[in-house]
Amino acid sequence: MLVINCPWCGPRDMEEFTYVGDGTLKRPEIGSEETDQKAWYEYTYIRDNPRGPHLEVWHHAAGCRQHVRVKRDTLTHEIHGCWPASGEMADTTEGETK
Amino acid sequence: MSGPSKRLTEGGLIDRSKSLGFTFDGKRYSGFEGDTLASALLANGEVLMARSFKYHRPRGVMSAGPEEPNALIKLRTGARQEPNTRATMIELYDGLVAESQNRKPSLRWDYQAMNQLIGRFIPAGFYYKTFMGPFANTKLWMQFEKLIRKSAGMGEASWEADPDLYTHRSAHCEVLVIGGGPAGLAAARAAAEGGGRVILVEETPHLGGRLRKDSEVIDGLSGSDWAAAMETDLAGRDNVRILKRTTAFGYYDQNMVGCCERVADHLVEPAAHQPRQRMWNIRAGRVIIAAGAVEQPLVFGDNDRPNIMLAGAVRAYVNEYGVLPGERAIVFANNDDGYRTALDLAKAGGNVKAVVDPRDEGAGELADAVRALDIPVLNGHAISRARGGATGIQAAEIVPVSGSGMQHMDCDLIAMSGGWQPTVHLSSQTGSKPVWDDSLKCFVPGAPRQKEVSAGAAAGTLSLADCLSAGRKAGAEAAGVSAPSWSAPKPESAGLKSNPTAALWEAPGTKGKRFVDHQDDVTTSDVKLAHREGFISVEHLKRYTTLGMGTDQGKTSNLNGLAIMASLTGKTIPETGTTTFRPPYTPVSIGLLGGPEVGKHFAPLRRTAMDSWHDEQGCEWIDAGLWRRPRYYPKAGEGIFEAYVRETKETRGGVGVCDVTTLGKIDIQGPDAADFLNRVYTNGWKALAVGKARYGLMCREDGIVFDDGTTSRLAEDHFVMTTTTANAVKVMAWLEYYLQFVWPDLKVQVTSVTDQWAAVAVAGPKSRALLEKVVDIDLSNDAFPFMACGDVSAAGVKGRLFRISFSGEMAFELNVPADYGRHVWEAVMKAGEELGAVAYGTEALGNMRIEKGHVAGPELDGRTTADDLNLGKMMSTKKDFIGKRLAYREDLVGDHRHKFVGLMPVDGKSKLIQGAQITENANDPLPVKMIGNVTSTGYNSETEMPIALGLVEGGLAREGDIVHMQYPLRNVTVPVKVCHPIFIDREGARHHG
Ligand SMILES: [Zn+2]
Repeated sequence: MLVINCPWCGPRDMEEFTYVGDGTLKRPEIGSEETDQKAWYEYTYIRDNPRGPHLEVWHHAAGCRQHVRVKRDTLTHEIHGCWPASGEMADTTEGETK
Repeated sequence: MSGPSKRLTEGGLIDRSKSLGFTFDGKRYSGFEGDTLASALLANGEVLMARSFKYHRPRGVMSAGPEEPNALIKLRTGARQEPNTRATMIELYDGLVAESQNRKPSLRWDYQAMNQLIGRFIPAGFYYKTFMGPFANTKLWMQFEKLIRKSAGMGEASWEADPDLYTHRSAHCEVLVIGGGPAGLAAARAAAEGGGRVILVEETPHLGGRLRKDSEVIDGLSGSDWAAAMETDLAGRDNVRILKRTTAFGYYDQNMVGCCERVADHLVEPAAHQPRQRMWNIRAGRVIIAAGAVEQPLVFGDNDRPNIMLAGAVRAYVNEYGVLPGERAIVFANNDDGYRTALDLAKAGGNVKAVVDPRDEGAGELADAVRALDIPVLNGHAISRARGGATGIQAAEIVPVSGSGMQHMDCDLIAMSGGWQPTVHLSSQTGSKPVWDDSLKCFVPGAPRQKEVSAGAAAGTLSLADCLSAGRKAGAEAAGVSAPSWSAPKPESAGLKSNPTAALWEAPGTKGKRFVDHQDDVTTSDVKLAHREGFISVEHLKRYTTLGMGTDQGKTSNLNGLAIMASLTGKTIPETGTTTFRPPYTPVSIGLLGGPEVGKHFAPLRRTAMDSWHDEQGCEWIDAGLWRRPRYYPKAGEGIFEAYVRETKETRGGVGVCDVTTLGKIDIQGPDAADFLNRVYTNGWKALAVGKARYGLMCREDGIVFDDGTTSRLAEDHFVMTTTTANAVKVMAWLEYYLQFVWPDLKVQVTSVTDQWAAVAVAGPKSRALLEKVVDIDLSNDAFPFMACGDVSAAGVKGRLFRISFSGEMAFELNVPADYGRHVWEAVMKAGEELGAVAYGTEALGNMRIEKGHVAGPELDGRTTADDLNLGKMMSTKKDFIGKRLAYREDLVGDHRHKFVGLMPVDGKSKLIQGAQITENANDPLPVKMIGNVTSTGYNSETEMPIALGLVEGGLAREGDIVHMQYPLRNVTVPVKVCHPIFIDREGARHHG
């Protein structure tokens, strides 16, 4: 049972959140001329499965309805930080942010 | 079969003034307040309490605590019957009803005890060998299985629903102390000085732990009196909460500990509104595990006979319950602590025949005290076998550990001690691996992975003085108190000289069954067989022999089993491994985990604002996610078919009214709202005029259709989107994801308004005539054409009107604030009275959309593209949108795709079945190629024929072809004709009205 420190609401139980997915994804620009199927294929289907710290998106669905970025250790379940969905991440913790 | 009373005339912590009546296997007994079922049965001379799992061996109680592997009891009757409860943990109460289990016809005469004689035919791995061998899946196997299921196993659960209440509660604290023994009390006391919240949980009804079971003196008080004084002190502090009868059973991430408080298990039944059990989810800053240790049995021949008990348990029966379990006792111990049992038995008037100690040097000062009572101490000796039967034991065979010679010694009680194994379960649950301590001959907790520390016996500290000071230190550190004013007292036993525990994993000798795991009937020969057959890793050993797989999770067997395997392989114990403990520490009921969320509280019920009206009409309901919706409104004598066909015809012939509140409604505002819609919908939105609605289609990134619905432009920067009922929540979260994570630069706000607006669909050629009487605007084609939308006042309520159609008829959808839903609905129905308006449910709603060939949930099955659904034109070529880039991948286009068509039975009357497969021919040899499937079935209310929608290879290019609907489960084959999916008004004249 994790506690996620929502930047908008403060520490909340994980029951209030929905796990959404990989927080390192970068969608190709809308309207771009990106026609390389490989880029779209990777964006849509390919996910890393790291052992250790990983940046994830969680949705505070039963709270403020904001998506937040959570750096969670997939091995120990330790949470290294939680940030708004967009903008700079002031990362003060160790470990790679893939 | 009970023997003479074993209750001592004085002593113990029971209240002899409060007599409690109870029954066991139908026989009446009495005990005292403070007894457990086990102590009360023992006091009444009943040593036989159970039959074992596999061999149906007679068993008595082995322990006095949560580790009990033998005395598993069926408690209570009827709906409250609970199997496999441990007699050692059942608090006695007046009116308690208990029964033994796993015996037929009685505990004393159990015919399946003959399993012992065929024991060598049911060795370790029996199940695997039998069920995976040549008999597997044969008739014989089925017979075997039935027999084995009957004879093996444990007690029976009730078939009735549990009538009791279970609740959940969350709590937070700075320091959580698990265990109310000496270390836990000291920890709580020291931590309390920090001022933060301290919660102390104790599994039993009393604080004190071993202090209640041993003869200790602290500050001039008996151990139990000292514990009571500590309780008074702690209970008087505002920042301390004491939870008794509460087991910490699971240690979860980020210091959350799940606890079960047995609120009413010690009552005949819970009082009104009182829960039987309460689950505490405690989130703690720091956790101190002071959960004690579990004494380990010794492995010798027939070591499972009734009245062979753990030495510490014998002391518990004497000192806490005032019961002398045996008159002529032998203590068999490989450690000093066992000698305390000899002293306490002697003090209570028992005759201790000998202390048998495999260590050559024997014990330290405690041995001197024993010898001073003229009790013989046999150093370098071990019990090789117990002699006895169902009612107890008569003698022990004692042999030197090395050398030969055997002596018989009469006895009626063997108190055994193989040393104490710290309760590492909770720390192990955090992922910390227990570490072997070779000097203590036990596993101790590994390095903490969460903010926890084990203290006292749970950390391998066994002397009382050390437990008290370790508890104090842990409590002070956890609470950040540098020097607590309270100092740990020095008990009288402090400084006692002792000798180290010596390993004796198996006593010498070969005779009798030598049980390693009493609960699962695993013997040393099973471990040896597993070794011979190569199942030597601990995890294989467990699964092959079932060692440690019982409800006790091997609390008294894992260590011995592991050590015996280690000696067989010649490896050390740490090389052999340990097992990983998982929650729960002791069994918890499903009721506790479910809590109050059962029955109608399992999920919330969403009701529309008009719910009560539908109910008053006697509609039939259907679940739509959490909503309930009227399915149809039957008239006398109507079944579902007659009702929905009538509702369809009356709507198409006149006017029908439907509650469509459950459709998802999302309010979208902001300067970039139109741009956003352009990205999430496949079709264009920028040119949509204010006051107009448009049908939209959404795809996932992979190009598969996600959802559809109508979205209306209320202002330049204000839209209201509708989604399907099923996807309302999903679409909302999906929009938020794109706005917040993918395109945070867009200035758009989305808000779910599904619950804020009640929605009424009015459909049929007379719908305009009806609504003209309700709303205040001109509804003519010129003023309010198809796909118009705007503000209205309806029956005096400000709302919104949309001219959209799902049925294909001229239709409107009226939205009003939910609080006025029923008022407006009634006004609509009243206005419709003279027009013959009919209320219709989801069956007619669905049927009309099938007649019109609109796609819905069954067609948007997560595999269909827009092109598959004949909606390819909805995919804009002028703009980018979600799903565009992958929708035209090689496999998503081409002739092999199953595309949207209509289907009709060739004979015009055969029923079509949703989910049925489509094949080319009726009787092709297997395997048959599936060329499609039936997605939705309905009834053409105008041609009076069954119809269906489906996905068929080739799609509309095959219009007019005859293919076959196959439903092999019911052996149904129906020739069907592929046709256009729009069965009614293909030109769409009606909805333009
Ligand atoms: Zn939040």
